[in-house]
Amino acid sequence: MASVFEYAPAPESRSIADIAPSYGLFIDGEFTEAADGKVFKTVSPSTEEVLSEIAQAGEADVDRAVKAARRAFEKWSALPGAERAKYLFRIARIIQERSRELAVLETLDNGKPIRETRDADLPLVAAHFFYYAGWADKLDHAGFGADPRPLGVAGQVIPWNFPLLMLAWKIAPALATGNTVVLKPAETTPLSALFFADICRQAGLPKGVVNILPGYGDAGAALVAHPDVNKVAFTGSTAVGKQIARTVAGTRKKLTLELGGKGANIVFDDAPIDQAVEGIVNGIFFNQGQVCCAGSRLLVQESIEDELLDSLKRRLSTLRLGDPMDKNTDIGAINSAEQLSRITALVERGEAEGAERWSPACELPESGYWFAPTLFTNVTQAHTIARDEIFGPVLSVLTFRTPDEAVAKANNTPYGLSAGIWTEKGSRILAVANKLRAGVIWSNTFNKFDPTSPFGGYKESGFGREGGRHGLEAYLAPSSPEGER
Amino acid sequence: MPTNAPSAAHALTDVTASDRTLRRFLHGLPGVDAVGLEARAASLGTRSIKTTAKAYAIDLAISMVDLTTLEGADTPGKVRALGAKAVRPDPTDRTAPPTAAVCVYPDMVPVAKEAVAGSTVKVASVATAFPAGRAPLSVKLADVREAVAAGADEIDMVIDRGAFLAGDYSKVYDEITAVKEACGTAARLKVIFETGELSTYDNIRRASWLGMLAGADFIKTSTGKVAVNATPANTLLMLEAVRDFRAQTGVQVGVKPAGGIRTSKDAIKFLVLVNETAGEDWLDNHWFRFGASSLLNDLLMQRQKLATGRYSGPDYVTVD
Repeated sequence: MASVFEYAPAPESRSIADIAPSYGLFIDGEFTEAADGKVFKTVSPSTEEVLSEIAQAGEADVDRAVKAARRAFEKWSALPGAERAKYLFRIARIIQERSRELAVLETLDNGKPIRETRDADLPLVAAHFFYYAGWADKLDHAGFGADPRPLGVAGQVIPWNFPLLMLAWKIAPALATGNTVVLKPAETTPLSALFFADICRQAGLPKGVVNILPGYGDAGAALVAHPDVNKVAFTGSTAVGKQIARTVAGTRKKLTLELGGKGANIVFDDAPIDQAVEGIVNGIFFNQGQVCCAGSRLLVQESIEDELLDSLKRRLSTLRLGDPMDKNTDIGAINSAEQLSRITALVERGEAEGAERWSPACELPESGYWFAPTLFTNVTQAHTIARDEIFGPVLSVLTFRTPDEAVAKANNTPYGLSAGIWTEKGSRILAVANKLRAGVIWSNTFNKFDPTSPFGGYKESGFGREGGRHGLEAYLAPSSPEGER
Repeated sequence: MPTNAPSAAHALTDVTASDRTLRRFLHGLPGVDAVGLEARAASLGTRSIKTTAKAYAIDLAISMVDLTTLEGADTPGKVRALGAKAVRPDPTDRTAPPTAAVCVYPDMVPVAKEAVAGSTVKVASVATAFPAGRAPLSVKLADVREAVAAGADEIDMVIDRGAFLAGDYSKVYDEITAVKEACGTAARLKVIFETGELSTYDNIRRASWLGMLAGADFIKTSTGKVAVNATPANTLLMLEAVRDFRAQTGVQVGVKPAGGIRTSKDAIKFLVLVNETAGEDWLDNHWFRFGASSLLNDLLMQRQKLATGRYSGPDYVTVD
């Protein structure tokens, strides 16, 4: 970073988010303690400071919440779509009004920079609710037959990387289609879901339509296995996704899974280089790389490898790592000690297997969980770091010679969530996109999201789509009045 | 970059040897993705520059202003007032730095020269039949020579946009080199592309390289006389060009966004672009300028606000 123009600290005020010392579970419109009285602590990953003590849901609480959701289902699903839409629009507006508070909260609990929560997470959260609010009274015209029916109670388990956004992706379509919800946020990031519970009350949402159960994997497992849940939606690791698929197998539950990825960002020699560099940075360092659709594999045409890497390294050395609450921070903290040790282990493996590791000079804060932006060169398809999802700020650089080779290498993974294509040649974009086995393909951009655009994976990245018209399908039984009940 | 020149001199001769090589080089530059470029500029625009950083940036911005008057109604009195303001922008606060230059029409150079005499403030003059540039080369060169003879330290020329858009890059190149020669060692040359008329980012990148190959000391966005002048995106693009040009040839070229930058907030955003694109070597008025007139007063008001904690209002800065 330039030393003559040193940016003074520009911290967002943390008092904007008023965090209570403790929170309960949100069941049937009330905050309540866990049946067994268990609690856990949530910490701020950038400082390891304890933010709050949270009731920890167990099996009995899951049962209570599912029962509440079941009771609420009859009335909620019977409401005219236009009435459900009013609640969703109201929720969307409250989210916009409280977006600064929610951005601060999310940054404190997750560790990601305020710049991202403010400019990416929160606008997308509100947009998602607005978008699905618009669908609520138009379901007859969504392409699933006349009068498609909701499924019933949706059990939803979400990850810690985009806590409130993943909640929006799950809850907005579920409510728009007339389902009720039991949602379990991740154990490291429960706060924004609990603030959302408060927003539901503020919006006057009927009791039991949304239930929030903070807790660990056991609560998620109990929710997924609960016999009165009609629909399971999960975003998280492929390993857990497989477990869930096994649990749900043989039941009538409808399942969508949004799992891991090892996205390829393919840069051809005729790419707009400066923008490609930005796209690569955005692809792997957005949210510290803790993004399922991250462009964690850079496939660069060999003829421009040196030039591109020079530009990329120069750009990486301008990234500002540090206090996530500072408005000028680009790279925040890793979400948990556990995730940090996973990243560290995989990076050590990459070095041990002979890949060349590079990071810009950057000072890591003393407390909290941090990992410097990292780039690996001399990587081949055989390296672990080119195959396993790292879920951290670590980019593996591989090269290709021809478009066919680029496609073959990009597809050579058990995952299939995202890919990027960088070229100024339009015909090449279309030709390559057609051959890539990935659910989302960006051309000359990366990590761009929009509620109107369906998102989901091929292969072990999961199935089902979230967002767009397609996202409704996961929560509807095509014109079967009998439903799943 | 398409060339891999062993030396600056080599790169220049190879590329500019003929019309064909010049065209091939310019069209071989990497394309610019408009959406991505504008997104990057917007993202850098969200940097939050506070307290000490803001004080530094405001003083730096003041020192980079080419205080400009380019009106048909310019008089010696107006130019003298401008010169006095450039030398001492804030009469109530002597710590405010002088601006980089005053920028006037060629016939006003002697007046301007006298007005800033004894100070560090340079006199820049637009020339080459500014702003349209639609005059014979001989007239343009005479325009330049007169301004230089009258003591102009810097010449702001306009390129022949018509020739550029017609694909006649050699003509543009030759004109710039001729003007550069007319400037001699007495004056630094700023080359204005009128980016609003070049219209596409690909054109702006090509024009930037063309100007630098032809010997520009500065590349400058616009005249201030058309609808679209300096924008964060086109300035970012030109900063990338000077950065890449230096990396390839070792020659450093300055950048001057002009027109439409009116507030301190805007100016600071441009300085962030400089800082995070070209780098700190350009954070100096030898390498970066703002072509502006009303910007200076806003910078001064912000400066007073930082010093006193109060907004003073437009009655406390000079209106010229």
